[in-house]
Amino acid sequence: MHQPHAEPRRSIYYDYRVHDAAPCPATGVDATPVVVVGAGPIGLVAALGLGLQGVRCVLLESERQVSEGSRAIVFTRRSMEILQQVGVSDAVLQRGLPWRFGNSHYRGQRVFRMEAPHDDDQRFFPMTNLQQQYLEEYLLDAVARQPLIDLRWGHKVTQLLRNEAGGAHPDAKHPETERPGAELEVDTAEGPYRLRADWVVACDGPRSALRQLCDLRMDGAAYEGKFVIADIRIDLPLPTERLAFFDPDWNPGNTVLMHREPEGIWRVDYQLPVGETPEQALAPESMKARIDAQLAAIGHAGKPWEMDWCSVYSARAMTLPDYVHRRVVFAGDAAHLLPIFGVRGANTGFQDAQNLAWKLAMVIRGTAGPGLLASYSAERVKAAREIIDEAGKSTRFMTPPTPGFRLLRDAVLSLSLTQEFVRPLYHWRTSRPHEHRDSTLNAAGDDNALFAGGPGHGAALPNLRLDDGSFLLDLLCGEAAAGFSLLVFGPELSAALVEAVQAWRARGVQLRIVFVSRGDAPPAQGAERTLTDPTGRLHRHLAVAGESAAYLLRPDQHVCARWLAPSASRLDAALRSALALA
Amino acid sequence: MPTPSNGLSLPDLEQVYDTLAETLDLAPEGKRELLLVKLALLQAQALGDRATFDHLAATALRDL
Repeated sequence: MHQPHAEPRRSIYYDYRVHDAAPCPATGVDATPVVVVGAGPIGLVAALGLGLQGVRCVLLESERQVSEGSRAIVFTRRSMEILQQVGVSDAVLQRGLPWRFGNSHYRGQRVFRMEAPHDDDQRFFPMTNLQQQYLEEYLLDAVARQPLIDLRWGHKVTQLLRNEAGGAHPDAKHPETERPGAELEVDTAEGPYRLRADWVVACDGPRSALRQLCDLRMDGAAYEGKFVIADIRIDLPLPTERLAFFDPDWNPGNTVLMHREPEGIWRVDYQLPVGETPEQALAPESMKARIDAQLAAIGHAGKPWEMDWCSVYSARAMTLPDYVHRRVVFAGDAAHLLPIFGVRGANTGFQDAQNLAWKLAMVIRGTAGPGLLASYSAERVKAAREIIDEAGKSTRFMTPPTPGFRLLRDAVLSLSLTQEFVRPLYHWRTSRPHEHRDSTLNAAGDDNALFAGGPGHGAALPNLRLDDGSFLLDLLCGEAAAGFSLLVFGPELSAALVEAVQAWRARGVQLRIVFVSRGDAPPAQGAERTLTDPTGRLHRHLAVAGESAAYLLRPDQHVCARWLAPSASRLDAALRSALALA
Repeated sequence: MPTPSNGLSLPDLEQVYDTLAETLDLAPEGKRELLLVKLALLQAQALGDRATFDHLAATALRDL
């Protein structure tokens, strides 16, 4: 019988609430279209994403309270856009600390300053710092407003009893096991029950039980360097910027990172000296001496501070080669482990969850071909591999894995005091929105290559500021997130295009039209929204040079087709590609 | 194969030989490798030619 901690976790700034464990189904058996395993940030966003699509799910969480410690604390602009779609970005902005500068220090000198681009055309800052407990709390508030999600605290997956893709596959020994779907054994304080689901979404974190139950292996590299990660309450008169200190006197050869968090908390990360165990590193006297030394190194010796939470992590850059294993689909840390120096963990996971939710929903609803789910794996595994490649560069700089890499890193540190050309090597290559440029969902016969700029195949739509002060991506939130959107530019909205859109709606595919006209125009017949663009800003940013054009956007706000000369038949072809019906 | 430059004259090569040896001797004990790597990076930047650098690195690895 599963007995999760019933006592609130300890924190000096966050009041943990222990939720009542959900009852065990009386019959010992239960069924649901989708079960999402793990109510961390990724599982919560996945469940909310399914809710936006009108799909019911059971969300299982083995604990009865939110994350222990602040964990993921930096959320990128793209993550904020995803969080806006699931309805929590306002809450995050209210408490979160926005920022855009990063500083690398060596021998008391600032040797590199990262400036993430930011302008008026952005609703969100490049980065927002917020402790994971608060983010989970806001996501849980959104879950409470979503009747399609059945959240079960204190329910732990212990076995995968069945996982059938359907059709004839070689493991199917008995006809009854060929019915597609999965069955889990779930343990509760009252005992176990069996939960049948058409699909299981595994968001159960870096030590994913489902990954082990499926006997799947990740490929990639584990780096030797280990980091202590500590949250302290201290009053430091420093702005919200990322601070990195290389080779400080108190920790020679190693790296120290600092981030401001809300509620007067600072994150201090520092590398363990070679040969030291996590237990030694987390000993209170060791932590105190080292944090005091770091504070002294930045000119705040003796300043009082209080520890909230500490842990040890090591940098790994690994991914499953396929995120869809019959009826179990992996997302977030369950699917990949990414070094956190570039804020890649949760920020990559949100993109997984957003990508998966609409695809799974459309496969379940029968409006898409089965290839749609394969495209989730193809797009996100490719994204993970690109991130791993980039992350490898910054990880090799932060924690050099071999004598050669260490010599080069040390040479760059030394040269950077006087030589400008090596300083960009400090760049930590932050998580960025992935462009699914060669996705099979992109339209093959559109005019993508004929546009002189703007977001191309697979790119997320830029969040341009509109004349009324709202932003372009606002139009793709709420109801619009449940389907595709067609952004049509032109003097008028063609009746044939509207008819084609209505035909898709009749087939159960949600598709909204946003019509953009250059001059003042009455609301276009057949469009959900009409925008006027008298200054031509939208036209310019989306590279609409001529009279007309159109962009087709997936529910996750990524472009899957664009035309200079849109037509009903071209729209039909693009939607067939985007739904894997072709 | 990168195009070889005209290289140094013999007197200049002899001077480089001495300068490099003396610079290595000026480096504190245990810092000679670091100095050589810094020098290699500065030379690569001055060279401005990745293919030539790759070739030179492979040449240096020979017959160690």
